[in-house]
Amino acid sequence: MTKLTRFFFALAIASLFVPSVFANGNKEDSKSMDQGKVLNIYAWNDEFQTRFNDYYAAKLPADVTVNWIITPNADNAYQNKLDEALLAQDSVSNDEKIDIFLVEADYALKYVDTPYTLDVNKTIGLTDSDLANQYQYTKDIMTDSKGVLKGVSWQACPGGFIYRRSIAEDVIGSSDPKDVQAALDSWDKFDSVAAEAKAKDYFMLSGYDDAFRVFSDNMSSKWVKGNKINIDPSIERWIDMTKEYTDLGYNNKANLWSAESWGGAAVDGRVFGYFGPGWFVDFCLGPATLDDPDAEKTIGNGSYGDWGLVKGPQGFSWGGTWICGAAGSDNLDLIKDIMYTLTVDEDVLVAIAQDKGDFTNNEASMARLAASDYQNSFLGGQNHMAEFLESAKSIDRSSMSAYDQGMTEKLMNSFSDYFNGTVTKEQAWDNFYTAVLELYPNLSK
Amino acid sequence: MRKKKFISYSKWGYLFLAPFFIIYTIFALIPLLSTFYNSFFENYRVGLTQVGPTFIGLDNYKEILTNAGVPKYAMNTLIMWLLGFVPQIVVSLLLSVWFASSALKIKGQSFFKTVIYLPNLIMAAAFSMLFFTLFSDAGPINSILTSAGLINEPIRYLSMTNTSRGLIALMNFLMWYGNTTILLMAGILGIDESLFEAARMDGATSGQIFSKIIIPLLIPILVFVMITSLIGGIQMFDVPQILTKGDGLPNRTTMTLIMYLNKHLFSRNFGLAGAVSVMIFLITAVLSFIVYNFSMKSYYADK
Amino acid sequence: MLKLERTIAYIVLIFMTCLSLFPFIILIVNSTRLHSDISKGFSILPSKYFLQNWINLFSDKNIPILRALWNSVLISTLTASLSVYFSAVTAYGIHMYSFKGKEVAFRFIMLVMMVPPQVSALGFLRLIMKMNLLDNFIPLIIPTIAAPIVFFFILQYMKSSLPFEIVEAARIDGSGEIRTFNTIVLPILKPAIAVQAIFGFVGSWNNYFMPALIINSKGNKTIPILIAQLRSADYMKFDLGKVYMLIFIAIVPLMIVYLLLSKYIIRGITMGSVKG
Repeated sequence: MTKLTRFFFALAIASLFVPSVFANGNKEDSKSMDQGKVLNIYAWNDEFQTRFNDYYAAKLPADVTVNWIITPNADNAYQNKLDEALLAQDSVSNDEKIDIFLVEADYALKYVDTPYTLDVNKTIGLTDSDLANQYQYTKDIMTDSKGVLKGVSWQACPGGFIYRRSIAEDVIGSSDPKDVQAALDSWDKFDSVAAEAKAKDYFMLSGYDDAFRVFSDNMSSKWVKGNKINIDPSIERWIDMTKEYTDLGYNNKANLWSAESWGGAAVDGRVFGYFGPGWFVDFCLGPATLDDPDAEKTIGNGSYGDWGLVKGPQGFSWGGTWICGAAGSDNLDLIKDIMYTLTVDEDVLVAIAQDKGDFTNNEASMARLAASDYQNSFLGGQNHMAEFLESAKSIDRSSMSAYDQGMTEKLMNSFSDYFNGTVTKEQAWDNFYTAVLELYPNLSK
Repeated sequence: MRKKKFISYSKWGYLFLAPFFIIYTIFALIPLLSTFYNSFFENYRVGLTQVGPTFIGLDNYKEILTNAGVPKYAMNTLIMWLLGFVPQIVVSLLLSVWFASSALKIKGQSFFKTVIYLPNLIMAAAFSMLFFTLFSDAGPINSILTSAGLINEPIRYLSMTNTSRGLIALMNFLMWYGNTTILLMAGILGIDESLFEAARMDGATSGQIFSKIIIPLLIPILVFVMITSLIGGIQMFDVPQILTKGDGLPNRTTMTLIMYLNKHLFSRNFGLAGAVSVMIFLITAVLSFIVYNFSMKSYYADK
Repeated sequence: MLKLERTIAYIVLIFMTCLSLFPFIILIVNSTRLHSDISKGFSILPSKYFLQNWINLFSDKNIPILRALWNSVLISTLTASLSVYFSAVTAYGIHMYSFKGKEVAFRFIMLVMMVPPQVSALGFLRLIMKMNLLDNFIPLIIPTIAAPIVFFFILQYMKSSLPFEIVEAARIDGSGEIRTFNTIVLPILKPAIAVQAIFGFVGSWNNYFMPALIINSKGNKTIPILIAQLRSADYMKFDLGKVYMLIFIAIVPLMIVYLLLSKYIIRGITMGSVKG
């Protein structure tokens, strides 16, 4: 044998004696204890993880190990992995079972009406009075067909129109949220401001999908009726408006989350504003506007601080993350404690709102925050909580369905061809139906 | 000792083949057959609820051949493969002839040979991510073209069929032309040098030597290159998947067969995925029949 | 005339060299730039934030790089060595012995050579779950023992460079079949084995499709999974500087191995395919 192959074989044989390489964790059974010592948490990013670490980890019993199983959302990988693990839940040892998993608004319903999620009241033990201050819509979403609550969230996600102050000054003549809201409080006014912005070489919106959530959140019917795909008029309005905006040059044709889209928010960007909820403000747009991300976040660093937030033409909500307990978990006490701390405890919720910019899920404390002298530095010192508070009142998610995520993704992809002028509207619809039926074989056109 | 001389060696043949066949049967053949078996059933998952399996005969095949347009995706795959393969074979032929030519005496050959191979090391995902950035609307290619005054408006490469397909083909070309060059070079080195000498003595030009001597003698290796490239072409997945958001944008014109299969794999549609797998298998079976004939001929020609 | 041809040849070669090196340069340059720079535009000149990106990447607790590097090295090494060794075994079986069913066996391998692995992925995944081998390296390593393409390449090489006489001589000397194979045949196959080993290594190193389906836990992730995780997990906190740094870390070991072995590889390919 060559030296090289001998080396390979030595390695191969050596590896067989390193059991930890092939085994997945220790399979020690927890000895007749009520509560397991291993907490397995499934998530798709570290948003919850940072909140957990910052506001809960200190309370975690010393002998409990937390395993974060973080799988990217892309290509549906998170849900695939989660589904396989949930379906195998019965056949694995206690320390390998999922204890907590997170779901997003777009597919929460897929898990709510199943036996895989735990009853928050009866099984986990949070009481109605614990949950009284949480936004009703965050509870409605997670309530199954029998009226059982299956998950809780630390945030509510009312959205607003986040505009560039200097551009508003130039186009509308004022950068004050009151004046801007007055100029944008209906879609007709929004259109005419868009035309004025265009005349001054600005883009009202960044791309095709920017306004999508405003329309999809205001749907009056569900995506699926029986097993038939249903197109809500609100979706048709989004398509027509976006086509018009594209053809008139009111948007920058950027894809959501793309470099071009964030580029529009940079210091020399030409985009008037973005639609988004609380997490969008600090978590997405904030960092994107900085010239030097390591320098202090102040006015002068990129376009930081040159922003304001208004309700815009129509109230809406976008996203949200819910904590679910997984059936079969041996850590019920711990799950209860985590849920209580992160979604009920007022001090923690106020701290999250102030530190992280989340609009947290406690109506009373948000009202207090709105009335306080809280200032958001990214939004030029504006206390935007009042706008969110107003917007949150009207959130109605009764038209939500388990299909929202797939429908949204396929609609955006199919219609980007139409907005680009590559295909006709009919062809775009055909492609949409084809893609949706691939994803959900049980549906029909 | 005497006995050993007449020993039958055939049991050793079985022994040497055993690992391959045992492992292949367990990890590839059984999964393959179960995939095929599944193609006759309605069998998928909606959310966490299983639907089926219910026997439905050939309905899945009807679905993928008529409504879903497997022929269309096969065509897309073929077009994008050809777009990459044709320039690849032309460039590789040129380079290999130059490398092998004793008259030209190209300097720095080992440097060039090493470099042309390098793109193959990059992960397809990283490669398409890079191209995605390079050719985005506000990307560097557009800035260069605009500042050179060649275009007024940025070209939206990934919104148009021809440019999207072209980019995918370009990436495949870049990743594989080095490989092809070296294979062809090997073939050319195998040609008897005296043939070239004789031709030159008779006053043949480079072009004539190329078309009258090199090409005819290179036919077997050209076929080999074509077939291996075709295998790669059928498996085309990562590059278009990442570049076109998995939906084969625009208008599903960059959707390859494996991307289509992948859609059913990810919606856990065991029935349709099975049927698509069988179709891909049939296509490869036809191709492998061609390879088989070719390689068997060369195999027995040696004996 | 020859002069003109030579000039054209050099122009084309230099052009292709630039084209081939370009992606590497950009990947490396980008690993020295901050996310905000990268997303603002493109640069051919390196910046000064290499260390910054390095620190950012290594301080990310969700990205266990060292562990993933070790996993990738282990899986790729084992995959490459098992696939070349057993492909050589299989090729030797076909090449050296005559027995009943050999023709059928050879036809079978040629037929399955072209079946895309994705075709049986679904069945494979279900099988692995039934065997309780999810989140385990075994399904990523052991199946590569049956590698038809590697087999075919080594067989071609054997036909051109393994004379029967050597094996006969060894038999007369009383060497057992397996010993003959390991001590006499394998060294002769060295160039072909080196080529396929490096290809196998690179292929496995860059493989995302299967590991993504099989690996669950943080400690078992490989480099491509980490790249995918960084790139797409979190569009909100997407740090391109970190992504390019990780790609850089993934490519450098490959490049070093490749450049060290490149002469060997080119020679191996050349010899292996003479008989095409």
